Amino acid sequence: MKHYEILDAKTREKLCFLDKVEPHATIAEIKNLFTKTHPQWYPARQSLRLDPKGKSLKDEDVLQKLPVGTTATLYFRDLGAQISWVTVFLTEYAGPLFIYLLFYFRVPFIYGHKYDFTSSRHTVVHLACICHSFHYIKRLLETLFVHRFSHGTMPLRNIFKNCTYYWGFAAWMAYYINHPLYTPPTYGAQQVKLALAIFVICQLGNFSIHMALRDLRPAGSKTRKIPYPTKNPFTWLFLLVSCPNYTYEVGSWIGFAIMTQCLPVALFSLVGFTQMTIWAKGKHRSYLKEFRDYPPLRMPIIPFLL
Amino acid sequence: MGRLTEAAAAGSGSRAAGWAGSPPTLLPLSPTSPRWLVLAIAMVRFYMEKGTHRGLYKSIQKTLKFFQTFALLEIVHCLIGIVPTSVIVTGVQVSSRIFMVWLITHSIKPIQNEESVVLFLVAWTVTEITRYSFYTFSLLDHLPYFIKWARYNFFIILYPVGVAGELLTIYAALPHVKKTGMFSIRLPNKYNVSFDYYYFLLITMASYIPLFPQLYFHMLRQRRKVLHGEVIVEKDD
Repeated sequence: MKHYEILDAKTREKLCFLDKVEPHATIAEIKNLFTKTHPQWYPARQSLRLDPKGKSLKDEDVLQKLPVGTTATLYFRDLGAQISWVTVFLTEYAGPLFIYLLFYFRVPFIYGHKYDFTSSRHTVVHLACICHSFHYIKRLLETLFVHRFSHGTMPLRNIFKNCTYYWGFAAWMAYYINHPLYTPPTYGAQQVKLALAIFVICQLGNFSIHMALRDLRPAGSKTRKIPYPTKNPFTWLFLLVSCPNYTYEVGSWIGFAIMTQCLPVALFSLVGFTQMTIWAKGKHRSYLKEFRDYPPLRMPIIPFLL
Repeated sequence: MGRLTEAAAAGSGSRAAGWAGSPPTLLPLSPTSPRWLVLAIAMVRFYMEKGTHRGLYKSIQKTLKFFQTFALLEIVHCLIGIVPTSVIVTGVQVSSRIFMVWLITHSIKPIQNEESVVLFLVAWTVTEITRYSFYTFSLLDHLPYFIKWARYNFFIILYPVGVAGELLTIYAALPHVKKTGMFSIRLPNKYNVSFDYYYFLLITMASYIPLFPQLYFHMLRQRRKVLHGEVIVEKDD
């Protein structure tokens, strides 16, 4: 039986004293107990660590296995208001879906009044709407039914940041693609067909990777394993990159940019690519740290290059 | 974060002049620290000879553009790590100076004789002279109290003066930008994009509203810390 005291990491103030805690209890249970005395700090906002400047302990860590004496000191840091990943994803993806359609249907007050509710005469504009909408519907469905998140929550301010990014860019792109003065691609139907092929292949690829990653992790668990190619040819990209889902995602947007020949789309692709590269490099580094036998041929996001 | 906040209390002048840059190494200091003095002297001489500010900008513009562009070096210092300040913060400040010099005064000739141009030029000049003197003497380990005092007090007046100069200049430029449609791209075009420099300038002016108070109060806090030894706990320490 051990005793645990929880101190504020910044002020060292004694916040809570828990005596007679079961040794096989987990950090998650400590967090629940702590919430009872400080209800404003629900478990998702708590970061408990052994050292005030150290790393956060995980919910599933067992107390018995922590390197402490008979009275253990845990340091608490408030992570701020939290919001669930699912909520954030649904909100940030529903926005672009809806916003794009406002521009596609030329809802009043966007373009001149004579264009209200008119329809573009270019086939590619209709095709672009289908692709864009499909893309975000796919993302919403994946959020609800496919993804298995390792974290439950993220800081609340992220939803404002993320929504501004997604919604803002969606409006900016949609404005030009659905504009009455839109100019279709220079190389006509050939360009559109090629771009559409790229887009479809990459969407299928991205989905295949999401399914493969889901199958790596049993429901409700937070285990991490090295992903490997499966029978699905789209997953063979795992041979060359750690995060083929990002590779395919960039590919989809490049396809969409070629299809619409719209500079804002290209800029959106570039920004997205930059962000995904940062994430891919981080993921790649964690894989390398965690698994001694990680395949050496793999690059983070672009085969052989990046 | 600590370093950033210390260095953020620049001498004075506009938002652009409120450098969060830390002391540069002596190497870039030697050829560049007298540059703003050169500019100041050129400006004073012009005024004394001509008795008017008209044509002042034209006479010093080459020097100004050369020296201000030189400030890009400061970003490099941050990038390669000589200076511990954030690249982003220095980048933003250098960009806003470059913006004023190249995209406003250089490109929009009709506003070059506006009084507001002299306003921000004076603010920038005094700021930079104070700032570089502060750095030079600090590095030589022989900082006269007056320089430190100047650096942490001049900004109180010069910062708003510089901001006023910049905003008035941009405002004066607006009719000309609208009339000529300069730096703008219109539809239709084959890349399906557009850019309206007029609205861009309006947004830039609006951005001073949230940014100026933040920087100003930040520098006031720095001043209290450095000159009066107050202990101020920063939010994210």
